[in-house]
Amino acid sequence: MSNFFVSSIGKKFVLSLTGLFLILFLVVHLSVNVLIVFDSTGKLFNQAAHFMDTNPLIGIIEPVLAIGLVLHLVLATIITAQNQLLRDVNYTGNKRYQKSNTRENSSWASRNMYVLGTVILVFLVIHMINFFWKIKVTGDPLLNEATGLEPGVKNAYALVTGLFVQWKWSVLIYVIGAIALGLHLYHGVWSAFQSLGWSNRKWRSILSIIGIIVSLIFAGGFAFIPVFVLIQDMVC
Amino acid sequence: MKLTLKVWRQHSPKDKGRFEEYILQNASSDMTFLEMLDALNEQLISQDKDPVAFEHDCREGICGCCAMMINGRPHGPNAETTTCQLNMKAFKDNDTIVIEPWRARSFPVIKDLVVDRQAFEKIMEAGGFVHMDTGSAPEANTLAVPKGKADEAIEAASCIGCGACVAACKNASAMLFVAAKVSQYALLPQGKPEGGKRAWNMVAKMDELGFGSCTNTGACEVECPKGISLAHIARLNREFIKGGFITLVAEEE
Ligand code: SF4
Ligand code: FES
Repeated sequence: MSNFFVSSIGKKFVLSLTGLFLILFLVVHLSVNVLIVFDSTGKLFNQAAHFMDTNPLIGIIEPVLAIGLVLHLVLATIITAQNQLLRDVNYTGNKRYQKSNTRENSSWASRNMYVLGTVILVFLVIHMINFFWKIKVTGDPLLNEATGLEPGVKNAYALVTGLFVQWKWSVLIYVIGAIALGLHLYHGVWSAFQSLGWSNRKWRSILSIIGIIVSLIFAGGFAFIPVFVLIQDMVC
Repeated sequence: MKLTLKVWRQHSPKDKGRFEEYILQNASSDMTFLEMLDALNEQLISQDKDPVAFEHDCREGICGCCAMMINGRPHGPNAETTTCQLNMKAFKDNDTIVIEPWRARSFPVIKDLVVDRQAFEKIMEAGGFVHMDTGSAPEANTLAVPKGKADEAIEAASCIGCGACVAACKNASAMLFVAAKVSQYALLPQGKPEGGKRAWNMVAKMDELGFGSCTNTGACEVECPKGISLAHIARLNREFIKGGFITLVAEEE
């Protein structure tokens, strides 16, 4: 059994499980974020953000999430590095034929999961500096604006909308991040089930469709919110 | 038809190798790809040159020998077709065709287009067998196998071990091959006794021999001349994970 996690399939077992686990986080995150769209006073969102900030259960899940993310990153790096290493002999033919894996036989996303993952990671760091860090550690004047809720509730809504309105180009970063996430999920969702052995001829097409839906929901949802905030500001 | 052929030439495993270009004047669209190479070799022999070494045996798509990369596609452009079954109708007059051997760390080139695929044999030795009584064949209907399973097992068994899946894979992974070989036993009652450990042992061997791991791009399935499905890889994963837990609880086995 000790060999399990060293074997190629064992590593992907963990990669897949952590990947699916991280989707749970996306579900919670997007559900909270849509409140920005539905309530332009920001009350609902602030309440939800306050809950996420202070609820002890979330406090327990946060480090688990961080561990999941780190495991996902480390395994992806090991698997990708090993695979690159083992493909040390490649095709030399005419430029057009240098790659064995081409668009004729596989999707771009499936061939570039590590690149997409890196884009998402870079985005995540920027995103955490923008919000998580300010809310949890440094604070920000916008957070102290009145929320209309009980005292002590930070005005996360003002912080979020403030960023997109003040630095309009930041919306672009968020849209790029969302697209990278969508492409990652487009291949990642069905691929995770496949690696866990949870697929067959029939389920493969169902899982691919689920993957596409999941990818559209998260890419669309996360990209829509900053765009919406920007438009709302320009119209009102 | 007139063809320009860019062929990989390599005298020995140690030789660095290079592409050489040949013009073949009178290829015919009625030829198969291997017959076209035969014509090239006749031309080379008549010019006192070394003919191109390529592997072939059955020439009817069942032995898996005729491995080569044709214009960047294993076994050429046609779906579910081995090189020997590939018709020259797939090409046009004045085409340039680039022909290379499989490239993978575990498939070293022996000469020209011929690679050493013994790694596949070693994987088979690690678990691609069943134990059964010898003697005369038992009555065929004594062991009932549901139709769906039998069909799936037969599809898996149609893998000819050609290595196109490895050749096509960006990770040089042999998962489709191993999956087909594990599936053909896992689905049938005869394969059950070794079931728990077969996937485990074959995958361990595959990893050890320097094949990469599967990232589910699906390139192998598209390029496989026998249309082996990725569904078999899911089954292999299942068998392997199950095998992992079996060894966990039953260490003494
Ligand atoms: S799975 Fe397909 S491509 Fe791979 S060795 Fe078998 S027949 Fe060839
Ligand atoms: S020569 Fe036997 S499969 Fe092509």
